[in-house]
Amino acid sequence: MSETQKSMNPSRQFDELPDAPPKRKIRLSWAGKIGIAVLVFWAIMVVIGPSIAPYHEAEFLEESLFIVPGSDEKYPDTDFQPPSRIVLLGSDYMGRDTLSRILFGARTTIGISFIATILAYLIGVTLGIAAAVGYRFEYRGFTIIELDTVLSRLNDALLSIPSIMLGLVMIAALGSTIPLLIFLTGIIYAASVFRIARSLGQEVMVSDFVEAARVRGEGLWWIITREILPNVAMPLATDFGLRFVWVILFISALSFLGLGVQPPMSDWGSMVKENLPGLIYGSVAPLIPSLAIATLTISVNMIVDDISAQTGGKLAKRMIS
Amino acid sequence: MIWRALFGRLCISVVTLFVVSVLIFIGTNLLPGDVAQILLGQMATPDSLAALQAKLGMDQAAHVRYFMWLRDVATGDLGFSKAGLGAGNATPIVQIIEPRIFNTLQLTSMVAVIAIPVALFLGLLAAMHPGTRLDRTITFSTLNLISVPDFLVATFLVLVFAVYLGWLPSIAYLRGDETGWGLIRALAMPTLTLMIIVSAQIIRMTRATVLNVMSSPYVEMAILKGVPRRRIILRHALLNAIGPIVNVIALNLAWLVGGVVIVEQIFAYPGLAKLMIDAVLVRDLPLVQACAMIFCASYVVLIFIADMASILSNPRLRYPK
Repeated sequence: MSETQKSMNPSRQFDELPDAPPKRKIRLSWAGKIGIAVLVFWAIMVVIGPSIAPYHEAEFLEESLFIVPGSDEKYPDTDFQPPSRIVLLGSDYMGRDTLSRILFGARTTIGISFIATILAYLIGVTLGIAAAVGYRFEYRGFTIIELDTVLSRLNDALLSIPSIMLGLVMIAALGSTIPLLIFLTGIIYAASVFRIARSLGQEVMVSDFVEAARVRGEGLWWIITREILPNVAMPLATDFGLRFVWVILFISALSFLGLGVQPPMSDWGSMVKENLPGLIYGSVAPLIPSLAIATLTISVNMIVDDISAQTGGKLAKRMIS
Repeated sequence: MIWRALFGRLCISVVTLFVVSVLIFIGTNLLPGDVAQILLGQMATPDSLAALQAKLGMDQAAHVRYFMWLRDVATGDLGFSKAGLGAGNATPIVQIIEPRIFNTLQLTSMVAVIAIPVALFLGLLAAMHPGTRLDRTITFSTLNLISVPDFLVATFLVLVFAVYLGWLPSIAYLRGDETGWGLIRALAMPTLTLMIIVSAQIIRMTRATVLNVMSSPYVEMAILKGVPRRRIILRHALLNAIGPIVNVIALNLAWLVGGVVIVEQIFAYPGLAKLMIDAVLVRDLPLVQACAMIFCASYVVLIFIADMASILSNPRLRYPK
């Protein structure tokens, strides 16, 4: 133990106890760094994207923009134009600027996915931890409902339906609005968050330090906030990244099927769908929004992969090489 | 003893299926207002409304309707599609669904037959040479593939094979009289897309499974006593990994359900998933119900197979705690 650490802790009572292991620093590889850079880029675009976009998302480009000097074509096509200096990423099936729609769509796609993931986490973690600490509804000293049992059975059923099926059935019944989309996605993904939060919470619940806290007479709330939450935070944060990717893919898939975000709002998934007919003319309009989604999801996965490669799985690597 | 474990698992599957059917029923009956009213639309007179309500059993209580529906489904009567119901010439859903199921099975079985051996081979290859350039290439590209949306893979393949190279048609419309070469050409693009999506997951999971086995004590023993690595993998690790790998394959076939929805939509393939999306778009709820039930049932069956594989391969799972 170094001198500085000792001076920071003048009133140590348990000198005979071993020190806590030093906090592992996470060093990102080049893939992780690229991932962070892309993520930061899109985060900035969510904030300033619409204001730096050259056109509005629903604005049709003027035909005069595309008149080639020297030709007598007065009314050239504005739709499915290839990328050029006028339209940096080409134009879409209605003659709108793809770049502007990507920038506007960043806010819709990332915003909706992020809020839905947060919602899934709020529901999943709250219920998961509540189930893990063995919360039960009592009436005059008798347990009527054990939260863990009820929630786990319900959760098993939810998880045994493919998420896209659940989404399709609900949208068929209730229609598709943005609040509903967020709510629906939140509920669907809360199921898997619940499972992880519950098992992580249970692991902590049986540990010695929780036992010690109980013997000390700490209340349930104290145990949850001081012992459980700090210990499950890191694995949950890693999982948040993965879950966010799934949510983006899920919402984009729904939009792609025409059941998610509705026009004229631009959203990356629906941009792919509406420009799909351009594919047979070799237009890149449907490819660009899919690539935008891909950059985002790949970068999140690279960061998560980097972190989990450093925090676990080392043993297996050492043994076989 | 093993029969008891399998029987227990079978019971869980049946219960899950039951709960799933309740969820689907609730989902499709959430619609505020009256289904009969929506079906009839402008043709709704009080008389016709009452007649249709009686015909649909809408005048019964919800739980009665649920069991009526369940009885009908169990006896193979899926009810009538909304299309033409008001006009009096309703089409039985079974008639609509039958050719679609055949098409979807045709596509998915083709994917399974080709993708599984290829993916297993690549996964094993990566696991046999961990940390090498080959392994890193496979891991990195599959990580990227699972994090991109399914429609990116599809649009990219269309651009390459249909537009630039002109080898394959960009949609997979079946007239029903294709044979031999024509059928293969029509199915090529959707099969290729699904193959890429599914194999990426199988490769990753196979690699992880084999590496997991490789870190077990008996493999360490084999390494220490000097058995060549090739022999360790083929004789020690692979035999023990077969159960988990069958599990992986069944799980991935279950995930095909999600992929098939997107792929059938992109290539306008006349399968069950396309039928379901069209039904969702026009809110043909009986049809949505029937399709969702078929998809969820096959999902539950595949998950059951996956679980059985792990129970059969791992004696410790035969004695549930």
